[in-house]
Amino acid sequence: MTKLDAKIPEGPLTEKWTNYIDKQKLVNPANKRKLDIIVVGTGLAGASAAASFAELGYKVKAFCYQDSPRRAHSIAAQGGINAAKNYPNDGDNIYRLFYDTIKGGDYRAREANVYRLAQVSNNIIDQCVAQGVPFAREYGGLLDNRSFGGAQVSRTFYARGQTGQQLLLGAYSALARQIGKGNVKMYTRRDMLDLVLVDGRARGIITRNLVNGEIERHAAHTVVLATGGYGNVFFLSTNAMGSNVTPVWAAYKKGAFFSNPCFVQIHPTCIPVHGDFQSKLTLMSESLRNDGRIWVPKKLEDAEKIRKGQMKAKEIKEEDRDYYLERRYPAFGNLVPRDVASRAAKERCDAGYGVGTTGLAVYLDFSEAIGRLGKNVVEARYGNLFQMYEKIVDDNPYETPMMIYPAIHYTMGGLWVDYELMSNVNGLYVLGEANFSDHGANRLGASALMQGLADGYFVIPNTIANYLSDQIHVPRFTGNEPEFVQTAKEVQDRLDRLMNVKGNQSVDSIHKRLGHIMWDYVGMARTAEGLKKAISEIQTLRKEFWSDLKIPGNQNEYNPELEKAHRVADFLELGELMARDALIREESCGGHFREEYQTEGGEALRNDKDFMFVSAWEYKGEDQEPVLHKESLKYEFIEVKVRNYK
Amino acid sequence: MDLTLKIWRQANSQAKGKMVEYKVSNVSPDSSFFEMLDVLNQNLIEKGEDPVAFDHDCREGICGTCSLYINGRAHGPDSGITTCQLHMRKFKDGDTIYIEPWRAKPFPIIKDLIVNRGAFDEIIQAGGFVSVNTGGVPDANAIPIPKPDADLAMDAAACIGCGACVATCKNASAMLFVAAKVSQFAHLPQGKVEASIRVQRMVAKMDELGFGNCSNTYACEAECPKEISVSHIAKMNREFLFAKVAAQANEK
Ligand SMILES: Cc1cc2nc3c(=O)[nH]c(=O)nc-3n(C[C@H](O)[C@H](O)[C@H](O)COP(=O)(O)OP(=O)(O)OC[C@H]3O[C@@H](n4cnc5c(N)ncnc54)[C@H](O)[C@@H]3O)c2cc1C
Ligand code: FES
Repeated sequence: MTKLDAKIPEGPLTEKWTNYIDKQKLVNPANKRKLDIIVVGTGLAGASAAASFAELGYKVKAFCYQDSPRRAHSIAAQGGINAAKNYPNDGDNIYRLFYDTIKGGDYRAREANVYRLAQVSNNIIDQCVAQGVPFAREYGGLLDNRSFGGAQVSRTFYARGQTGQQLLLGAYSALARQIGKGNVKMYTRRDMLDLVLVDGRARGIITRNLVNGEIERHAAHTVVLATGGYGNVFFLSTNAMGSNVTPVWAAYKKGAFFSNPCFVQIHPTCIPVHGDFQSKLTLMSESLRNDGRIWVPKKLEDAEKIRKGQMKAKEIKEEDRDYYLERRYPAFGNLVPRDVASRAAKERCDAGYGVGTTGLAVYLDFSEAIGRLGKNVVEARYGNLFQMYEKIVDDNPYETPMMIYPAIHYTMGGLWVDYELMSNVNGLYVLGEANFSDHGANRLGASALMQGLADGYFVIPNTIANYLSDQIHVPRFTGNEPEFVQTAKEVQDRLDRLMNVKGNQSVDSIHKRLGHIMWDYVGMARTAEGLKKAISEIQTLRKEFWSDLKIPGNQNEYNPELEKAHRVADFLELGELMARDALIREESCGGHFREEYQTEGGEALRNDKDFMFVSAWEYKGEDQEPVLHKESLKYEFIEVKVRNYK
Repeated sequence: MDLTLKIWRQANSQAKGKMVEYKVSNVSPDSSFFEMLDVLNQNLIEKGEDPVAFDHDCREGICGTCSLYINGRAHGPDSGITTCQLHMRKFKDGDTIYIEPWRAKPFPIIKDLIVNRGAFDEIIQAGGFVSVNTGGVPDANAIPIPKPDADLAMDAAACIGCGACVATCKNASAMLFVAAKVSQFAHLPQGKVEASIRVQRMVAKMDELGFGNCSNTYACEAECPKEISVSHIAKMNREFLFAKVAAQANEK
C-alpha cells in the first residue's frame, strides 16, 4: 500500500522528532513572505497554527464560521490539559504520558506520533503561561495539577472549570496580535464548502459568506484544516451547534482518506436526555470523578421505585448501593477511562438498574466527599459545575446526587495524516480533532487540548516548511484559475440543488432521525446486523432528504437553514461511512464495542492479529462503495497488552 | 406553557425593523429558552415563513455567541447566566416575552437578533495580548505567581466577550470588557512589561470605535453573565493613569 506512507523518521523513539527537525528543510525569511497559507478553523489547533505561521513570516488567511475566532468550540473544554511536567513528583515522565495515551487508545494509535505529542506537551504549558493564561496555582505560587481518567499520576493543568476557554483565549490573543500587524487576514462568518486542487495539490478553498451568501474563492500555496470533530452526526452531542464535518468531507471527496470514522468517544458524565425538544447535551467535567462516586441501586425494586418517583436516592441505604465501577475495577475505580465507564453505565441501565424518570441515568454522588473534605472544599473544586447542573436540571447536587448518562463527545477518527500531519493529498494538512492521529480508539481526558496545541504551536510550524521549501518558485495563485472557477460552480450547483428541493421537512427533523439511527446502531454497542440496518436506513433517509427538504428564504442572505442543510447533507453521507467502518472492524476496541466480541465478563475483546491497523477510506464517487486501505500499526517500543484497569 | 412572543424582525442591516408578535404553545418548563425558539422556528418553517435568526453556538454559556435582550434585560431575567442557559421555568404560563437584539452603535444589526461584534476583536487586536512568539519561553514554574493574584487574573479572564455590558450601558461603553483584559494582565508578571502601552492602545481603540464613556452606573456588572466585577474598571483606570504619568515623565 504505497499510498499510505506515514513518513516516520528513522531512529529510536526518543530521537525521532529531534532527528526530523535536524534534517528538515527550511524556508528563509525573505521567501516566507511570498508564501500564502490558508488555515480553516481557529480553535486551539487552528489559532495556534495561524499565529505561529504569521510569527514566522508567512502570509496567512484564517477562517471560521462564528462571528469571532474566540468562539471556536475549544472554548467549551472544561477539565484540563495534560503534560508530562512531573511537577507533583509522582513518577510521571514523557514515556509514561506516551504509554498511557497508547494504552488508553487501546493500541490503535501510531507510536511515533504519540511519543512526539508527549515530548512537546511540556512546551505547551510553558507557552501558555508566557501568554498569561491564568492556570490554577498552589499557595506557593507554583502550578497546580489534578488527575484525570486513565492515569495514576496527576498531570492535568487547569484553569478553574474553563481550561479550554483560557487556552483558546491565549491562542486567540496571539492570533489577534498577528491580525493587528497585518500578517493574518481573518475571515469570520465564513463556511468552507469545498477544497480546490490544482494539479493534484491543495491550493485553495471555496467559502460561503454567511452574512450575504456570496460564494468566495480563496487561494494559497497550502491549505491547513483545523475544523474540529464530527460528533454532531448524532444530532445530540456535547459539541457546539455549528460543529460540522463539511470541510473534512469536502477533502475526503477530493481524495483525502478518512481514517477510523467509527472511533467515537462517548463521555460518561453528561446530563441525561430529558425530552424530544432537546437540542444539545451538556457535559459535566470528568474531573468530577476525582471525588464523585458513581452508583445505582443494588435492588431492581428500588430502581423501579426511584423511576416512578416513589423513592429518593438518599433513602437507599449504603449497603443497597452498587458502586459498580469500584466493584468491577478496583485499581482505577471511578477513574477508569471514558469508554469503560460509559459502557458500564449502559450495562447497568440495560439490566434495569437505571434511575431518573427514563431509567437512562446513574448517580454521581458527592456525599462522601462532602463528609471527608467539607462542603467548602467541594465547592471550591466544583462550584461552577454544580451551579451549571442546578441551572439546567433544577436540582441541588450538594443535597441530592447528580444524575448522569453517557453522550457523544469527541471523534477520534478523522482525515488520515502522516507524521508531518499532511493528508495523502499533497499540500493539505489536517490538525486537531479533525485528524485521526493520536488517540487511537479512545482518547484520554485532557489530551485533546494537548494535541490541538501540540499540532498548532509545535508540529506544523516545523513540518510545513518541508513542503513549502519546494514552493518558493510557485507564484501566488489569484483564485481566478479555471480550477477555482469550476469548484465554485460546483458549490453553487449544490446550493441550488438544496434550495430547489422545496419539499416539506425541515433540516432539523431529518437530522434528528439520523441521530436516532446513529445512536441506536452506531453508538455505544454495535452489531453486524444493526450496522447493516443503519446503512440501509441512512440511504433511505438520504433519499428523503434530497426529495423532501424544505429551506425557507433565499441564498443571498443570512440563512441559517441553508447553512444547516449543507452540513446535514454531509452528515448523511458520513453516517454511512461510519457504519461501514464499524462493520468491517470485527473486534471491540476503545470506543468501538461490537457485542459479538466481548469476554465473558463483558469486557472489550480486541483482535490484534487481524485488526491492528488504521482504516483509511477512499472516496470513489456518489453511489459507489468506498475503498478500504489499511495502515498497519507496529509497536516496536511498547509491549501490546490487554487493557486492564482492574 | 403557552406564551406570546414579541420579537424584533429586521431582514438585513439596511432594512427597517419592527416588533412582530408570535404565539407558542405547549412549551416544556424544562426546555431552554433557545429550545423554545427552536420550536417557534420549526412552526415558522412549516408555514413557509422565515425563521427568526439569532446567534448561538455552544449553548452552555461559554462561547459568548448568544446575545438576546429579553424583557429589557441582557440575557434575560436570571442573573449570572447567558441566554442559552436560561430555562423556561423562569417564566409563567401566559407570559408575554419581549425579545430584542443588543442595541449599541458599535454593534450594527446583521439580521433580526444578530449583531456584528467585530469591534471587540479590534480592541483585542490593538493590545489585548502579551507579545510572545511561539517557542523560546521560560519554564512555566520559573515565574511563581501568588495564588490570590492568579485568582484575580482568572476572575477577569472569565469574560466571554458577549457584549452584554455594552448592550446594558446607556452610553454603550465597553469599559468592563476592556478592563477585564487589562486587569487580567495587570495582575500577572507576564503582563507587566507592556502594561502601559497595552492600556493606552486598547482605550484609544475603544474610543475610536464609537463606544461611549463610563459613567459608573454599574449596570454592566449587574448584567454580566460571568459576574465580572467593576473593580477591574478601577484597576484599569489606575493602569491608565500610571501610563499617562509615565508618558508625561518621558516627554520631560
Ligand atoms: C464540552 C466539551 C468539553 C471538553 N473538555 C475537554 C477537556 O477538558 N480536555 C481536553 O483535552 N479536551 C476536551 N474536549 C475536547 C476538545 O475541546 C476538542 O477536541 C478540541 O478543543 C478541538 O479543537 P480543534 O481546534 O481541533 O477544533 P474546534 O475548537 O472545534 O475548532 C473548529 C474550528 O473550525 C471552524 N470551522 C468548522 N467548520 C467550518 C467550516 N465549515 N467553515 C469554516 N470554519 C469552520 C470553527 O469555526 C472553529 O474555528 C472537550 C470537548 C467538549 C465538547
Ligand atoms: S451559545 Fe455559547 S454562550 Fe450562549
